Amino acid sequence: MQLHDVWFVLIAVLWIGYFFLEGFDFGVGVLTKLLARDRTEKRVLINTIGPVWDGNEVWLLTAGGATFAAFPDWYATLFSGFYLPLLLILVCLIIRGVAFEYRHKRPEDKWQTNWEHAIFWTSLIPAFLWGVAFANIVRGVKIDQDKEYVGTFLDLLNVYSILGGLVTLTLFTFHGAVFTSLKTVGDIRVRSRRLATRLGAVTAVLALVFLIWTQLSRGDGKSLIAMAIAVAALLGAVGLNLAGREGWSFALSGITIAAAVAMLFLTLFPNVMPSSLNDAWSLTVTNASSSAYTLKIMTWCAGVATPLVMLYQGWTYWVFRKRIGTQHIVDVH
Amino acid sequence: MDLALAPETLARWQFGITTVYHFLFVPLTISLAALTAGLQTAWVRSEKEKYLRATKFWGKLFLINIAMGVVTGIVQEFQFGMNWSDYSRFVGDVFGAPLAFEALIAFFFESTFIGLWIFGWDKLPKKIHLACIWMVSIGTILSAYFILAANSWMQHPVGYRINEERGRAELTDFWLVLTQNTALTQFFHTITAAFLVGGAFMAGIAAFHLARKKHIPVMRSSLRLGLIVMIIAGMGTAISGDLLGKVMYKQQPMKMAAAEALWDGEAPAPFSVFAYGDVDKGHNKVAIEIPGLLSFLANDDFTSFVPGINDVNKAQQEKFGPGDYRPNIAVAYWGFRWMIGFGMASLGIGALGLWLTRKRFMLPPGLRTGEDEVPHLVLFRKALSPRFANLYWVVALWTMGFPLIANSWGWIFTEMGRQPWVVYGVLRTRDAVSPNVSQGEVLTSMIGFTLLYAVLAVIEVKLLVKYVKAGPPELTEADLNPPTKIGGDDKNPDRPMAFSY
Repeated sequence: MQLHDVWFVLIAVLWIGYFFLEGFDFGVGVLTKLLARDRTEKRVLINTIGPVWDGNEVWLLTAGGATFAAFPDWYATLFSGFYLPLLLILVCLIIRGVAFEYRHKRPEDKWQTNWEHAIFWTSLIPAFLWGVAFANIVRGVKIDQDKEYVGTFLDLLNVYSILGGLVTLTLFTFHGAVFTSLKTVGDIRVRSRRLATRLGAVTAVLALVFLIWTQLSRGDGKSLIAMAIAVAALLGAVGLNLAGREGWSFALSGITIAAAVAMLFLTLFPNVMPSSLNDAWSLTVTNASSSAYTLKIMTWCAGVATPLVMLYQGWTYWVFRKRIGTQHIVDVH
Repeated sequence: MDLALAPETLARWQFGITTVYHFLFVPLTISLAALTAGLQTAWVRSEKEKYLRATKFWGKLFLINIAMGVVTGIVQEFQFGMNWSDYSRFVGDVFGAPLAFEALIAFFFESTFIGLWIFGWDKLPKKIHLACIWMVSIGTILSAYFILAANSWMQHPVGYRINEERGRAELTDFWLVLTQNTALTQFFHTITAAFLVGGAFMAGIAAFHLARKKHIPVMRSSLRLGLIVMIIAGMGTAISGDLLGKVMYKQQPMKMAAAEALWDGEAPAPFSVFAYGDVDKGHNKVAIEIPGLLSFLANDDFTSFVPGINDVNKAQQEKFGPGDYRPNIAVAYWGFRWMIGFGMASLGIGALGLWLTRKRFMLPPGLRTGEDEVPHLVLFRKALSPRFANLYWVVALWTMGFPLIANSWGWIFTEMGRQPWVVYGVLRTRDAVSPNVSQGEVLTSMIGFTLLYAVLAVIEVKLLVKYVKAGPPELTEADLNPPTKIGGDDKNPDRPMAFSY
């Protein structure tokens, strides 16, 4: 295994970390309209991710920065090519971060309502668009011999990619509902569990179609195994949620995300961005990667920093391990 | 294509707008994190309530500010790929590494521990909670270091080779990229400038309250802290600025010649106080100068030769081929002056304030004030009249903006002064843009970000004003009795959270 293969795996790990973590906090954002009955319940939801959403989002910045350093051409082609969807994601993430921090800072009803709308939409849109983006990467896009994306914005919207978007949206919302029932107490916990069952069923149907489609068109033995894990974990998560085993259900919905992302990366390898125009023009782990020296330094840094990050982020979750309910919410301005 | 709307021009405008905007929040975040941590340390060590109230007050303003800093920073991480894909392809092997280091080491630190600090008042023992804000502070400073090392490489590329076959720069010595003198002096200069922002912010707001005789014990300590930070940071910026200037004279003589509008080299070279140039003819129409000073700034003596714009332009034409290697002279010249002018004015106003509000030194005993009194402003032996005293408080309030103006112009100067290069001597800006991104796309994103940022600026400033006017909060029982166990003391499971979104 060469260093650029290691980095392919590490980039996958960073995206898995991102979708696992921000996945549920996107889901919680969506639930503010789907589940919460009043403002206090909305605030219970927001506060389940309050101390952690910012740290979760850094997984995205790290995935971006690491792709820049380890696969400059991948970074350049992807972000200049998927320009408008990425722009929309960035705008959403900007508004979303400010919404969490500023919503409670004024008592006016209108102010708070506006930020609550913002939290819902800016969670929903990226949750959908990330699926669209990854489905397009897997499907292959118009890349010319100079490694430039030469398609249009509309080329990025096709049945497969929109299905991919719906899968990430429903999967993240399901993941968020399971997380909510794990982190809350009282009525909202019960309703969240009930909603999770329904969301789980919808997710299972969409995910099954998407993953089988992916497997049939681009899969191999390894991706089949990953797919089997993803499907089994998803069904397990739904079942355990029904049985009221919230912790295990959450672990399995997390594994579903991890295995599904792993499957997509496995179908890509050794490409990182296949070209739909000509196989020879695809970006691969070799023609898109950095020099061995840079990769070596990056490996050292990631090897030391990533476990530490997991350790102190894990500690944060432990510090805020208590369930919260409407009784814990206070008015502070 | 119309040059004003060429993708390169638009991409540069977008980068300029989003980056200068981002950098309004960055220096305040860096300095307020450390100052808040300092105040909280004072609370933990002395148990004086005024320090806890100060921590909560400045901490809240810090949080309002860092939220904007964080979200506008996301754009920076992706903008290179979106608008500058040829740049990314060419430099990614070198430039990407410090960026990835920044995310892996600094961003995770900052973002994780800020969550712990915001929500941790009733979940963490006092000292661990204090450690969290220090972690945030360390994170902000590490972040600054890595990104400045990356920028320094654009100013003065080292530790790389050109791989002709792949058509890109490749890293050969990462340690050199991190420790070259450009990176070290830029770091020194940027951090001191950041603390000048925070010091002026603190002093200005404290002056606002003291002028109204409100929240005196907290604001009195804050004023002093702010003024002292202003002076130390102000002198630090001057020293580091001088060092950085000398480094730049060696590495980018064009930038410094442009900063002085020195068209033709001179020995000894004068420092320009005011000049109005005719760019097309390559000379100044009006010039007021101090003889020999520029030689000193560049080389530490009053006699040596300093090359001018025309000299460097000719040298670069010989080296890199025909072309115009001059940056926008007016922007460089005036940017340099606004940077120094506003920066040093802040230092002066800070020093004046510290003298006027001195506690003992050469102060007649009758004018000394206690903890809960507004300090007299004493010039020599007598307190200033209320009118003049009030004038100082107003000036101090306005001074809050000065270091921000200086910071912005500093960046505009150093980035525009490097043009036409994006990586000095290696890659031209016009060769760095994304070839496949359309004019419409760049225009959409530029207008989109500008409008969004404008709206957010209004919201942010209004919130800051609201919380500044509200003053430091009253302390509760819970504030004064922090938990002893991690996760909080479990007496009442239904106790409301100390803080919730």
